[in-house]
Amino acid sequence: MLSIKNIHANIAGKEILKGINLDIKAGEVHAIMGPNGSGKSTLASVLAGREEFEVTEGEVEFAGKDLLELSTEDRAREGLFLAFQYPVEIPGVSTTNFIKAAVNEKRKYLGQEPLDAVSFLKKMKEKMALVEIDQSLLSRSINEGFSGGEKKRNEVFQMAMLEPKLAIMDETDSGLDIDALRIVANGINKLRSPERSILLITHYQRLLDYIQPDYVHVLYKGRIVRSGQKELALELEEKGYDFITDEVDLSLGL
Amino acid sequence: MKEKPEALEQAVLNEYKYGFVTDIHTDLIAKGLNEDTIRLISEKKNEPGWMLDWRLKAYAGWLKMEEPTWPNVKYPPIDYQDIIYYAAPKPKKQLNSLEEADPELLKTFEKLGISLNEQKRLTGVAVDVVMDSVSIGTSFKEQLSEIGVIFCSISEAIQQHPDLVKKYMGSVVPMTDNYFAALNSAVFTDGSFCFIPKGVRCPMELSTYFRINAENAGQFERTLIIAEDNAYVSYLEGCTAPMRDEHQLHAAVVELVALEKAEIKYSTVQNWYPGDKNGLGGIYNFVTKRGICKGDHSKISWTQVETGSAITWKYPSVILKGDHSIGEFYSVAFTNNHQQADTGTKMIHLGKNTRSRIVSKGISAGHSNNSYRGLVRASKQAANARNYSQCDSLLLGDKCGAHTFPYIEVKNKTAIVEHEATTSKIGEDQLFYCKQRGIDAETAVALIVNGFAKEVMNQLPMEFAVEAQKLLAISMEGSVG
Amino acid sequence: MESTAYFKDQFEQLQQTGPQGTIAGLRKEGFEDFNGRGLPSFRDEEWKYTNISTLFQQEYNLDGEAGIEPSELDAIRLPGHEQANELVFVNGIFKAEYSCIRSGANELIVMPLQQAAEGEYKTLVETHLNQSAAYIKDGLQALNTALIYGGLFIHVLKKQEPVQVYVYHILEAAAGPVLAQPRSLIYADKGAQLQLTESYTTIGNADSLNNQVMEVVVEENAYVEYYKLQNDNSNASQVSTSHIRQIGRSYVHTVSIALNGGMVRNNMNLVLDAEGNESHMYGLYLLKGKTHVDNHTLIDNRKPNCFSNQLYKGIADDSATAVFNGRIMVQPDAQKTNAYQANKNILRSDLATINAKPQLEIFADDVKCSHGCTVGQLDEEALFYLRARGISKEKAEVMLLQAFAADILVQIKPKALREHAEKLIDKHLSL
Ligand SMILES: Nc1ncnc2c1ncn2[C@@H]1O[C@H](COP(=O)(O)OP(=O)(O)OP(=O)(O)O)[C@@H](O)[C@H]1O
Ligand SMILES: [Mg+2]
Repeated sequence: MLSIKNIHANIAGKEILKGINLDIKAGEVHAIMGPNGSGKSTLASVLAGREEFEVTEGEVEFAGKDLLELSTEDRAREGLFLAFQYPVEIPGVSTTNFIKAAVNEKRKYLGQEPLDAVSFLKKMKEKMALVEIDQSLLSRSINEGFSGGEKKRNEVFQMAMLEPKLAIMDETDSGLDIDALRIVANGINKLRSPERSILLITHYQRLLDYIQPDYVHVLYKGRIVRSGQKELALELEEKGYDFITDEVDLSLGL
Repeated sequence: MKEKPEALEQAVLNEYKYGFVTDIHTDLIAKGLNEDTIRLISEKKNEPGWMLDWRLKAYAGWLKMEEPTWPNVKYPPIDYQDIIYYAAPKPKKQLNSLEEADPELLKTFEKLGISLNEQKRLTGVAVDVVMDSVSIGTSFKEQLSEIGVIFCSISEAIQQHPDLVKKYMGSVVPMTDNYFAALNSAVFTDGSFCFIPKGVRCPMELSTYFRINAENAGQFERTLIIAEDNAYVSYLEGCTAPMRDEHQLHAAVVELVALEKAEIKYSTVQNWYPGDKNGLGGIYNFVTKRGICKGDHSKISWTQVETGSAITWKYPSVILKGDHSIGEFYSVAFTNNHQQADTGTKMIHLGKNTRSRIVSKGISAGHSNNSYRGLVRASKQAANARNYSQCDSLLLGDKCGAHTFPYIEVKNKTAIVEHEATTSKIGEDQLFYCKQRGIDAETAVALIVNGFAKEVMNQLPMEFAVEAQKLLAISMEGSVG
Repeated sequence: MESTAYFKDQFEQLQQTGPQGTIAGLRKEGFEDFNGRGLPSFRDEEWKYTNISTLFQQEYNLDGEAGIEPSELDAIRLPGHEQANELVFVNGIFKAEYSCIRSGANELIVMPLQQAAEGEYKTLVETHLNQSAAYIKDGLQALNTALIYGGLFIHVLKKQEPVQVYVYHILEAAAGPVLAQPRSLIYADKGAQLQLTESYTTIGNADSLNNQVMEVVVEENAYVEYYKLQNDNSNASQVSTSHIRQIGRSYVHTVSIALNGGMVRNNMNLVLDAEGNESHMYGLYLLKGKTHVDNHTLIDNRKPNCFSNQLYKGIADDSATAVFNGRIMVQPDAQKTNAYQANKNILRSDLATINAKPQLEIFADDVKCSHGCTVGQLDEEALFYLRARGISKEKAEVMLLQAFAADILVQIKPKALREHAEKLIDKHLSL
């Protein structure tokens, strides 16, 4: 599904990603963990095509295509979805209209007819139930005045509507209380399928209690310094990042 | 909730699409302005003597006045002797029905999307059509007259309803109110007249469609709308002009009178030719629009969507004379390329417990300049006057300008006036978010602009809201990048 | 009828008797400019709400040679003066003999403008004096320039902590109406810190008119606080132009308080002419009687990444008139500007007037700018709440008015001055 080979990326002349390698197969769930500032969001942004980041080296293949050649919107239309760590507010644009535009742009790209109003509404209803999101939220402007939890839930709802091949969830669990976390996690679980891969970026084991990952990676200073099974997350939870990062710093001579 | 996003999403690559010229014979008078020109216009229109006297008085006043320099717009001096003050499609014979009009003319209006053909008429909308200096015809006239509503050209009203015209014309915008109003009072050629008698709710939208066709001609129309006690009317005007390299002058006057408990809703979709990408040609749109809430509990509401004209200078205003009267102004002004707009409103609170609300949304792109200028005045007697104004500007690109000039004058200690203004641009983050969801930049900008303007668009009558949104989308073409 | 012929005589006399050089040259420019413009009229958009021409219907005494009694000076010294440098203008002429410089020469240089223009500060004076004319075209400012005489030059050097400067403007109007035209140039050197305070006092019962122009140049890393206290008698009018130019990345903070006077016009202009400038501009006007105060402000953002915040608040009672004309410009180069403006007014009487004209003029797209302006009354709910707790209506009103003023008063950073202003305001409100 996704194959990242030796990706290096800069922002403002500073190298943030220093050679990332990662393979995600269809249906797999990978978790990326790592201390603040290690480059997790940067990786997500690079994959989604944020222009401020300059890829200086490496390749990414997504669903058989050269991802880095595609524009941001075409990546989205090909089925790459990013749930933002900080979803942006767009005053005046209703969430419903926005999602409708997104769904139909994708259909157009794939050579399908746009969804008519009735089928769109039907689909909305279905997915709303899935992530337990309220109708009233969807008639408001995108994310405007949404609470932290509402924003995250809205991201998962959009993921449900857009049915991506690969969903990158950047700290979708942060800022959620226990109930909201359960609802969001359940939503994501329901969206798991053999064709859909998920990349979870998180700091906490508690999300991984709900969504069992196939692999866990630790990102530190722009590199994946450790990969393992879900037990690695438990070990991190117990010992903190230090036991890995100290080792890495030592080997880097810091 | 009224939601009509599709129009914007279908943004088609399209330049000004109303820029064609109709090839018909036109009755033109010679260029130039003097007393004889005015006599000639009056004579051509077969006007009574009092009307001519009124015009001449206005002309004498105009001669003593100076062109205003305070608007935030720049243009070379206008040569008032180089304009044709009367242009009428020939032959100008009294038409019994619109179908009798020149087939070329009918085709023109079909192209503009206004069908004058009886079967294809917009249902529920009566239309008066003004081409250059004269009214071509008015639809649904008979049906309206059955309930006492008079809807005809102003020329006809001068002939048929002289008492009403004498009583109200110039009562809201005095003939020498300002430079362009005085000019209009001297040389106005046609326009619409509406009279809604006591207690009548006009059952359909009344609408006038203005079209400049002739070269070198100015358009000086005059509209007068009177709503008697408890009457209601919703009125819409639309306008287009051919693409020409010279600037053309349009100086209109609109007067609204609302008596006790009456309500007038006046909507404008202004799409005069804005000039080309380099600022060549386009209409100078210098317009005086004013309404008076004369009776208690009356209401006047202006809604405007301004996308056209090279230069716009207009401040639809409300004089809140009746106690408990309400004035509203909703505006979207979009400027692109080298357009300049200086527009806003005046809310003059005279009566007690009067309320006004101003919502202005300015969008600037290209090298354009977009200014909001508004006056809110609470006079000494205006106890408990309330005003709320919100002016937002959106900048698309770094070559354009957005300006806000509110004037607030308060003389009553129980009045409350609030003004807020913001300026912003579409954020990179917002665009990226949209793109990540598969929406391209052009569509994303259209969505955001549409959202920005929504509060005003929602004020438009349904039939025209879709048109207006399409217009906005078309005007925005090429402004992203 | 306004007569301005005597300005010509005065100008010619100054040109003939005084030394030639930079200042005489500027006077000439100013005089030509004044002749071209004349006095501003209310038809002029910038003077729409203040009809200054009424003040020129009488002829003023231009004599700058008046003296004062030491006791008169003692009566107006501001608290904290023992630590401050005190500079005195009488009828618009800087008077070294009444002034007192307490800082060392490595911290503060004070000298007559003429002397600065001839000596070691020649280049500074030539570069900066009357630079403001490039930004503001105004007849009264031109008049001041046409008649520059007895001006003041200040060079601030002190870096560790702010140097305190109090400027007392005294107008001796016992003998008849007087027109003073003080002129000063203040140069805050790189890294220098300044706290500048100005106050105005008219002695005598005749009319006074103070047509002041002060130019402040702020260099890189400099820090300037500027306080203006206007609480003169009701025959005392003034047009006070302060033009502050931040030519290096620097910080400016101004607070202007107007309580009493005749017709008062404050032109407060801030030009942010270097990247990364930060500026704060505050104003408070509490007007009674027939006082007319017009605060005319400009914040001109010319370079990227600047921040400015403006808050002006005021009350008009009796038959007073308050005008706020606040203009924010963001020039094409000034990307990433953040500029905020708020103006809040309370109208207390049906004979009083409030005119507000906040303006945003924006020529750059990547900016965050907003302004808000309100005219209203005291919060009825709050008033009721206080009265329900047994506080009399009058007392409750004063409390709310004090609370209204407090937002601005806290912006006066030196404690002695702030307390002084608080006292003045308490007295002013309870009268
Ligand atoms: N626009 C930018 N300009 C300069 N540096 C940036 C920018 N965006 C990110 N960085 C830097 O890149 C590094 C990686 O940031 P990133 O957001 O990817 O971290 P993260 O692992 O997602 O952290 P967190 O757990 O806090 O979300 C940080 O040092 C950050 O300061
Ligand atoms: Mg992150």
